[in-house]
Amino acid sequence: MSFLVNLALGLLVGAGLVVSGMADPAKVLNFLDLSGTWDPSLAFVMGGAVVVAFVGYRLVLRRESPIVGTDFHLPAKSDIDARVIAGPAIFGIGWGLGGFCPGPALTALGLGAVGTLAFAPAMLVGMGAARFIGETLPHPTASQGSH
Amino acid sequence: MIGLSAVLLMLWEGRIAGISGIAGRLLPPYRDSAFMSRFGFVAGLVAAPFTILALTGEVVAQTISSNATLMLVAGLLVGFGSVWGNGCTSGHGVCGLSRLSTRSLVATGVFMATAFATVFVVRHLIGG
Repeated sequence: MSFLVNLALGLLVGAGLVVSGMADPAKVLNFLDLSGTWDPSLAFVMGGAVVVAFVGYRLVLRRESPIVGTDFHLPAKSDIDARVIAGPAIFGIGWGLGGFCPGPALTALGLGAVGTLAFAPAMLVGMGAARFIGETLPHPTASQGSH
Repeated sequence: MIGLSAVLLMLWEGRIAGISGIAGRLLPPYRDSAFMSRFGFVAGLVAAPFTILALTGEVVAQTISSNATLMLVAGLLVGFGSVWGNGCTSGHGVCGLSRLSTRSLVATGVFMATAFATVFVVRHLIGG
């Protein structure tokens, strides 16, 4: 059941990414190109998602618990550490080079473009490496955060 | 649609719809029993363009660099950075900002800044 619900939710996000243009690297790179062919429309896509989630989270979190399970798993960390600077810095460079962030890369996988077929497996390798290194460090700083 | 899905996932399972977290934890080691949920979510993402094709008859148009080396490097950076920083555009940018998390605000500011800078260097200094 959870599989089917998540399948539907993944479809919904994927469709949102595709319809909004977030899944098209050329459009993303234009959004990121402030001093050239700047296309601000994706800022409204992200802004719209934040507004919907802002209102929706407030409604949902009034409940005692989610429908399945007993607890809401919210990220507990609020401190600004080196990882929350270094990780996004590295991520941003990759995003600026390829025009894909993780969600769009997955929605594009089935379309079979050469660039995607190079990007997506490399992304999974990078994710695995980050988890492996994070968990084998002498003092792992809660690398299993809830994001 | 993206925001709505994030809200529904919280309502259903009480989890954050961070795609890097969901995809990253499809790989071992497994710390919980949510594998099928994550697998379902990722399968939904992958199936999205085909569903759109089936519903509307329109093939999803994308323009992607065919420079495999560049895309390989970009993929490594995106994968590593998003998991290292505990979130990507969806986890920090959408879910985190909407919960007014300072940590996510910092993370979003940093990845937007380095992404803007990278595009500037590639397109205007090196010349793409």
